[in-house]
Amino acid sequence: MTRRAWLALGSALAALGLMGCGERPQVVQYKQGSYQGKPDEQAWAGKPWDGNKKDWELAIATRNQNQNEYKRIR
Amino acid sequence: MARMKFLCDAERCIECNGCVTACKQEHDIPWGVNRRRVVTINDGVPGERSVSVACMHCSDAPCMAVCPVDCFYRTDDGVVLHDKDLCIGCGYCFYACPFGAPQFPQAGAFGVRGKMDKCTFCAGGPEPNGSEAEYKKYGRNRLAEGKLPVCAEMCSTKALLGGDADVLSDIYRERVVNRAARGTPSMPPWGWDTAYGRPDAAKPSPAPAAGGAKS
Repeated sequence: MTRRAWLALGSALAALGLMGCGERPQVVQYKQGSYQGKPDEQAWAGKPWDGNKKDWELAIATRNQNQNEYKRIR
Repeated sequence: MARMKFLCDAERCIECNGCVTACKQEHDIPWGVNRRRVVTINDGVPGERSVSVACMHCSDAPCMAVCPVDCFYRTDDGVVLHDKDLCIGCGYCFYACPFGAPQFPQAGAFGVRGKMDKCTFCAGGPEPNGSEAEYKKYGRNRLAEGKLPVCAEMCSTKALLGGDADVLSDIYRERVVNRAARGTPSMPPWGWDTAYGRPDAAKPSPAPAAGGAKS
């Protein structure tokens, strides 16, 4: 076998051995201490607020005060 | 920015379990999972107390600290939520939670744990607001509709309050002041009077100033 053939065989074996190193990770890489899930929308992002945070806050504040019967009966 | 909390007035809770039922109905929660429950101490004894318990959306939540896959997050409003797609159902959050809030469906063979389920403060989860995926995984997103949690809003005696912590504190403070005016130090209000007071009850006269007060 010629020197060139040996070289080709060695290169092929090295490439075969390195194939394992190219494998993509199969698991999620967690970073300890920080949220790893999907991002969430803000409560006022969708309908009927369309991003109007002030209106949403007003609606929540009104509902909040509805729980105070001392104010409701006055 | 609001800081969403629950507050249960043990003087007013009548153990009707309306909050539990409303929660289950609102979010279509499966059998065996209770996001909210009513705990009664000294049941049947005069002076018994009931309190409605669910996730308290802790400011420094132990469930977040122990979760090995970090699936918990806190919204800008202080609501503690989690991503069910990431949850592995290990149960660490259940051991860490002092309120027993995390629940696990046990529909599978041998009581195998499923994805953790807990009170979302009616704020859904990490899916588009009001989407079918959000409803199926986390229940209805009332907060995105400008509403407060159904358990608090439907509470008939207004024992359970939910919403901005500062507002809840003000409501509760006003209640306590009204209660204090219904009794005397020797005859404190009891039962119904404790919770609501009696409008016809004589208000106590202001306590006399302590003797020997320096001018």
